[in-house]
Amino acid sequence: MFNWPNFVSQVFNGLALGALLALISSGLTIIYGTLGVLNLAHGAMFMLGGYAGYAAFQYTGSFIIAVIAGSLFVMVVGVLMERIIIRHFYQRPHEDQLLVTFGIGICFVELVRLVFSSDSKLVPPPPLFQGITSLGFLFYPTYRLAVVGIVAIALGVLFVVLYRTRLGMIVRAGIEDSVMVDSLGINVYRVFMIVFGIGAMAAGFAGIINAPVVSLTPGVGDDILVETFVVVVIGGVGSFPGAILGGLIAGEIISITSIFDPGYAYVMLFAAMTLVLVVRPHGLLGVQGRE
Amino acid sequence: MLKQRSFLIETLTALGLILAPFVLPHLGFAPNTVNRILVWGLFGLGFDILFGFTGLLSFGQSAFYGTGGFVAAYLLTRAGFPNVMLALLIGMIAAAVVGYLVGLIALRRTGIYFAMITVAIAEVFFFVEFNPLSGWTGGENGLPGVPTPSFNLGFTTVHFTTGWSLYQFLALCYFVGVVIALRIVRSPVGAILSAIRDNPLRATAVGHNIHGYKLAAFVIAAAYAGFAGGLLGVLQAFMPPDAFTFDTSGQLVMQTAIGGRGTLFGPLVGAAVWLFLQDFLQAAVGLGAAWKLVLGIVFVLLVCFLRRGIVGGLEDLYRKIVGKRSKPSEVSPPAVASSVGAANQPKAAQASTAAPISARARESATRIGPILQATGLTKRYGGLLANSDIDFTVLHGELRGIIGPNGAGKSTFFKMLTCEVPPTSGTIVFEGRDITGTSVTNVCQLGLTKSYQVNQLFTGLTVRENIVIAALAKLRGKFRLDLFRSLDSIPGLNAQVARTLELVNLAARPDTPVSELAYGEKRRLEIGLALATSPSLLLLDEPLAGMSPQERVETVKLLKSISRDRTMIIIDHDMDALFELAERVTVLQEGRVLIEGTPDEIKKSTAVQEAYLGGVQGVLDA
Repeated sequence: MFNWPNFVSQVFNGLALGALLALISSGLTIIYGTLGVLNLAHGAMFMLGGYAGYAAFQYTGSFIIAVIAGSLFVMVVGVLMERIIIRHFYQRPHEDQLLVTFGIGICFVELVRLVFSSDSKLVPPPPLFQGITSLGFLFYPTYRLAVVGIVAIALGVLFVVLYRTRLGMIVRAGIEDSVMVDSLGINVYRVFMIVFGIGAMAAGFAGIINAPVVSLTPGVGDDILVETFVVVVIGGVGSFPGAILGGLIAGEIISITSIFDPGYAYVMLFAAMTLVLVVRPHGLLGVQGRE
Repeated sequence: MLKQRSFLIETLTALGLILAPFVLPHLGFAPNTVNRILVWGLFGLGFDILFGFTGLLSFGQSAFYGTGGFVAAYLLTRAGFPNVMLALLIGMIAAAVVGYLVGLIALRRTGIYFAMITVAIAEVFFFVEFNPLSGWTGGENGLPGVPTPSFNLGFTTVHFTTGWSLYQFLALCYFVGVVIALRIVRSPVGAILSAIRDNPLRATAVGHNIHGYKLAAFVIAAAYAGFAGGLLGVLQAFMPPDAFTFDTSGQLVMQTAIGGRGTLFGPLVGAAVWLFLQDFLQAAVGLGAAWKLVLGIVFVLLVCFLRRGIVGGLEDLYRKIVGKRSKPSEVSPPAVASSVGAANQPKAAQASTAAPISARARESATRIGPILQATGLTKRYGGLLANSDIDFTVLHGELRGIIGPNGAGKSTFFKMLTCEVPPTSGTIVFEGRDITGTSVTNVCQLGLTKSYQVNQLFTGLTVRENIVIAALAKLRGKFRLDLFRSLDSIPGLNAQVARTLELVNLAARPDTPVSELAYGEKRRLEIGLALATSPSLLLLDEPLAGMSPQERVETVKLLKSISRDRTMIIIDHDMDALFELAERVTVLQEGRVLIEGTPDEIKKSTAVQEAYLGGVQGVLDA
C-alpha cells in the first residue's frame, strides 16, 4: 500500500540501511583496493562485530562499551587473519584468495553458532536513542535516525584517515601501485596489515551498530555480503566514494521496492547492477584498469 | 589437460561405478549417501570445466541447479509429464538457456568481479523462486511427489525406485556425464579453455574469441547443474527450495576445491569426503552441529597447503613416484635429442623453406606492393604524446627493423599495429583492408601478429600444448564449438605444430612444462606462439632482449630462417643484429619517424647519431 508517510519512512529506512552498507562496503573496498584481496569473510566480520558487542553488552550493560568491544575485537581478528593466513596468499591467484577467505568466513559463522547457538539475539538500543521520534507527519524509531548520524561520523573519520593522514596517503598510493610504494622504502606489508585491520573494524563496527535494528543470527552476514558486492560493483571496486554512493543507492532501492513488494527488492537491486555494468562496466566512480 | 590414453579413464570410471555398491557399504556409506554423492559429482563435472579448466570461479551455480531442478520437478508433478528422462533434459536445457543469459552479464567482467556478480545473480534467483514465482515452485514448501524413472524396453519395464536401484540410474547418468566431459576437455575447445585460464591476454592475441569460449564453458556448467538439479528432485522424491540457496553454491565450490579442481573427478571425491564427514562427525564422533566447523577448518587447510585438492595431490604424488623410478632412463633421451636437434637445425631450416608453413604465407610471398600502410598514426595518453603522426609502409616480403632510444614509442607503435590499443587518430591498412579499430583477435586471424617484449606464454601447459593453442586459432578460426572432436582429428594440426617446434628449435622438448624451460627457450617459444598462427606479417618486439651472446647468434639465425616465408618487422636495441637482419630500418624518436633507410644509410646519418648520442649529452647537461 502506497502512502506518503510510509514512503518517507521507507526512504529513511533506506538511508539507514544505505549508510550501513556504505560503511561495510568501504571496508571491503579499501582492503581490496590496497591488498588486491577480495575478502569473502567480510560478511562474517560484520556478524562477529555484532556478537562480540552482544557479549560485551551482556557483561557490562553498556552500549558504548559494546560498540568499542565489537569494533576492536573484529580489528584484532582482522589483523591476526592477515598475519597468519592472508599474507601467504598475496602471490597466489585470485581464486585461491576467494576460496580461503570464503572458508575462513564459514569457520567464523560455525564457531559463533557453536558458542552462541543459532537462536537470534537482540542488543537493545542505548537509552539515549530509545523510543520513537515525531517528524511532524510520522513517527520514526529514534535509533534508526541515530544510525544514520553515527555511521556518517564513522565514514567521516574513515575519510579523514584515508585522505588527511600520512597513513592514508600511503594507502591510496598503495591502491595505485603497491610495488612502487614498497620500493620507496615504506614497509608495505605493515601497511597491508593495518589496512586489513581498519577494513575489518569498519565491518565489525557496522555489525554492532546494526544489532539493535535487526536481531543477530550467525547467518546475518551472508545477506549483507551479497549486498556489499552489489554496492561495490555499482560504486566501482577500490573506490571509497564509490562505496558510499553505491551503498546509498542500494539501500534506497531495497527500501523503496519493499513498499510495493519486498520479494522484488533483490530483483531491482540486481537490475540496477546490470544497468551499471552495461553502461559503466567499471562502476559509477571506479577507475578503469583495476580488475 | 588430461592424459589421452584411449578410454582408460572411461573404463576405470565404469569399473568403479559397477564395484561401488559392493565396496562402499563396507566403508559405512548408505546407498542414499552414495546417490547424493553422484548428484553432487555430476553437478561438479560442469563446474570443474568452468572453474578448474577455464579458471572462472562462480559462486552462483545454485541458480542453474535450482532452475533445472524446478523445471523438471514442475513438469513431473504439476504438469503431469509422464517421462522422467525427458523432463530432466528439458530442465537441463532451461538451465542452459538461463546460463547463457546470465553469462552474457556476468562475463562482462573477470576475476573477483565475476565472482561477485555470480553471487548476486544467484541470490536474485533465490528470492524470485520464493516470492514472485512461489505459485509455480511451491515457495518454501518446494515441490513434493517427484517420481522416479522407469523405462519401457518393450518386453519388460525397468523401474528405478530408491537406494541401490536408483543408484543404477544415477550411475549411468554420471557415467554419460563423465564421458561427455572428457570429450569436451580433450577437444580443441577444452585446450583453448585451459589456455584462457593460464593467459587470457595471449589466448586473445593468438586469435581466439575468448569471450565466446568462456560463455560456452558457462553454459556447459549451467547445463550440468540443471541436469543434476533435476536428479536431486528424483532422488529425494521432492524438489527442495534450498537448492537455490547460496549454501548450495558454496558447498559445490568447497567440494570441488577439496577434491581437486581441474581433475573432473575432484567434485565427486570432495562430495564423498563432505558427506562422509557429515555423517561420521555428526553421528559417530558426536560433534553435532560442530561438524561444519571441522569441515571449514579442513577446507582452509587444504586451500593453504594442498592447492590441487585430494585428487590433484594424489596425481602429483603418483608422478613423483613414477618420475623418480624412471628418471635415469628419462634423463638421457633429451640430452641425446638436444644434440641431435642442434645438428638438425640447419636441416630443419631448409625443410621449412622447402615446405612453407602455410598457404597464406606462400600467397603473400608472391604478392607485391605494400602489405601494411599506417597513415598519420597518433597515440595520446592524457598529456603525453606517445606516437605522433607516423606514416609507415612495409612491402610484401620485406624485413624491416625499428630502432629508437628508450621511450621513443616503439612498443606503443606495435600495440597500435596489432590493434591492442586503438590509435587516437590515423589509419592502418593491412593487405588492402582497413583494420583501424578492430580487435587484436581479428587482426591475428587476418595474418598479423606479434611476439611480445615480455613473454606471454601459457605457463601451466607444455611446450607442445602452447603451440597447439596458437595453431588451433589458425586452423579453426576464432570461434568454433567442436566440443566432441578429438585434437588429433584436426587436419594439419600435428604437422603445423611439428613444423613450428622445429623452426624454433624446441622439437626435442615438446612435453616439457613451460615453467621448466630456460629463459632462452621461453623466448623461442614466445616467437613460436606467434609463428604457429601462420602470420603473413610478423611483428617482433625485442626478440633478443635479455639473451646471452650465444643465444643471440642462434636467435638471429632463427629469425633469418623464418623471414624467408613472411614479412617481418623487428624492434630491437641490438643494432649489430638488426643491421645484419633488416633490409630497411626505421628510426623512431620522441614518437616520430626520424629517418628511414637502408642499414648503411642509417649508420651514416648524423641525425641518428645525434638522436642517440645527442640525447645522452642532453641528459648529462641537464
